[in-house]
Amino acid sequence: MTDELPRTDAAANAASGDQHPVAGQPLLRIEGVSKNFGTFRAVDGVSLDIRAGEFFALLGPSGCGKTTLLRMLAGFEAPDEGRILLGGKDIAQALPHERPINMMFQSYALFPHLSSQDNIAFGLKRAGMARADIAARVAEMVALVKLGGLEKRKPDQLSGGQRQRVALARALARRPQLLLLDEPLAALDKKLRESTQAELMELQRRLGMTFIIVTHDQEEAMTMASRIGVMNAGKLAQVATPRELYEAPRSRWIAEFVGDVNLFDGEFRLRDGHRLVIATREAGTLVAAEPREPVSETKLSVAIRPEKVKLSRRGPVFEAGRETAINSLDGVIADICYLGGTTTYKVKLDDGGMVQASVVNSARLDVDAYSVNQRVIAWFTPDDCVVLSS
Amino acid sequence: MSSRRIFARPARFAAIAPYLWMALFFLVPFGFVLKISLSQTAIAQPPYEPVFDLTAGWEALKTALAALSIDNFRLLISDDIYVFAYARSLIVAVTATALLLLIGYPIAYGMARLPKRWQAVAMVLVIVPFWTSFLIRIYAWINILQHDGLLNQILLALHLVSQPVVWLSTDSAMYIGIVYSYLPFMILPLYATLAKMERALEEAAGDLGAPPWQVFWLVTFPLSLPGVGAGVLLCFIPIVGEFVIPDLLAGSNSLMIGQTLWLEFFTNKDWPVASAAAIVLLVMLLLPLLLYERLQKRQLEQGR
Repeated sequence: MTDELPRTDAAANAASGDQHPVAGQPLLRIEGVSKNFGTFRAVDGVSLDIRAGEFFALLGPSGCGKTTLLRMLAGFEAPDEGRILLGGKDIAQALPHERPINMMFQSYALFPHLSSQDNIAFGLKRAGMARADIAARVAEMVALVKLGGLEKRKPDQLSGGQRQRVALARALARRPQLLLLDEPLAALDKKLRESTQAELMELQRRLGMTFIIVTHDQEEAMTMASRIGVMNAGKLAQVATPRELYEAPRSRWIAEFVGDVNLFDGEFRLRDGHRLVIATREAGTLVAAEPREPVSETKLSVAIRPEKVKLSRRGPVFEAGRETAINSLDGVIADICYLGGTTTYKVKLDDGGMVQASVVNSARLDVDAYSVNQRVIAWFTPDDCVVLSS
Repeated sequence: MSSRRIFARPARFAAIAPYLWMALFFLVPFGFVLKISLSQTAIAQPPYEPVFDLTAGWEALKTALAALSIDNFRLLISDDIYVFAYARSLIVAVTATALLLLIGYPIAYGMARLPKRWQAVAMVLVIVPFWTSFLIRIYAWINILQHDGLLNQILLALHLVSQPVVWLSTDSAMYIGIVYSYLPFMILPLYATLAKMERALEEAAGDLGAPPWQVFWLVTFPLSLPGVGAGVLLCFIPIVGEFVIPDLLAGSNSLMIGQTLWLEFFTNKDWPVASAAAIVLLVMLLLPLLLYERLQKRQLEQGR
């Protein structure tokens, strides 16, 4: 997970051609954009700034409006409300071919009647580039995505991974100010997907281009993006770095959508310094760190990620100088799920609830493993708890 | 496997059934026509000789075979009437097919871009004329095109013409009739290719900087060529041999080969020349027929 921006604005400007974004302004500004399909509100008042050189991910379940938003950026749909500013210029109503934006399609949409190199050259020819320049740029793109030797092949003579590369090369060839990627890895198998993720990140860093990727795969978004916008029911639910999104989700829905989480509903009881005491129905009384934005409601939920929950036979292990106010819950191991690198234990709490604990299998021999029906203590610190309004 | 034996017999029959059909209803009649085309006219019943009589013995059959000649084919080549008729058939077919493509393509394209629900409605509208007899529809056109017909009334009412235009017995009327009758055969294969074309391809072309007209010429049209080929051949082949439409709507000063054939057969009672004309027509259409066959096969293979 990388939070930093790995490149300078100068690099971005060099890559984005003539139209330099005005200093201090974001490359792309989406202002109150909405789109209706009949009575269905696909995108509902989305505002978002994207800086030059960012790798931004739009994440959400299917039907959340992320693809519609992307299609509005590409120009295939016109927003009903709002503005889309690219380098300060409103492009909301511009046609696709008038925008310095290119898109890589989920289906790749390679032209079946053209060879790989003609597919890559398609956009360059439309831009009226000289023949020699086109040949040079195509060769450069072929080298960039490692397609050497396949230039003359038609799309139906290529494997899925190779087609994906042609699609990427074709979208990059015009050196767009903004590259849109619609589920670019969805059609690849797992191994290929992982290596391609790394290549895409490397490529984006090297070219200093701005990428916006749409995905329903949170792992993909977390791995690649410097910032993630989570969408739900047409709205942007949270825009944050992958770490923030995971460790400080802003709502119950996001906490559940991004990664696994234990959620306990309860009521606010009292405040003790920077600690909130919350009485839950299923896990007794929990002590949690006060969130950055103070909560006013009395009905609250406590969210704890499974890997933050520790298990022990006797009780919490106190480390010197660490927090002493520790949540410790008694229970019985109900279910064990061995996943190789980690094991997930489901602990049935004496208070009635269920808590998941993810334990790293740091030793090859399972001397430390628990067995079903064994009594254990599940514990976690108040800082590992996230308080959310129910 | 036992199941294989059970199915072996019907499967084999299914495989030869089409050939049996072709042999019975195409090859045998073709043999008759070919034989008649090599015979000479005679005032007799049937009106040609020699007549094969299988009961007369081997010697009689040999004399009959010796009497066959290709004189009728020589006549077809040497007489301008037939050469012109073939030429006119080809010219009419090419012109009409071009008109059909020009009119049918935009309609098919528009249909393929309709919302799914409306596509079915449009499809029915294209097919609905088939519910009425073809002849009745052509007679309806005679009614529309005549001196005080609907078309002239509209043209006069709109002040586009000052006096009624003569439509009937002109080539224009014939082209109107042909284009009208064959339009569904052009639209349907075009629509089929355009409807299954991935929309993202056109979007990708736009995204890569192609304005709409370039999207059409560089992506949509090349990818619809199989449909264009099917539609063109599906119209061209039968139009070459068209008889009813030119006979009812066009003038009688220049004939298509279908009309010439009819004249030879029914008016002149010259079966051998009519048969020879039919054989030449078939040979002429063999190339486009084979083309169509190949196109169909390739599409089937692509569909797998």
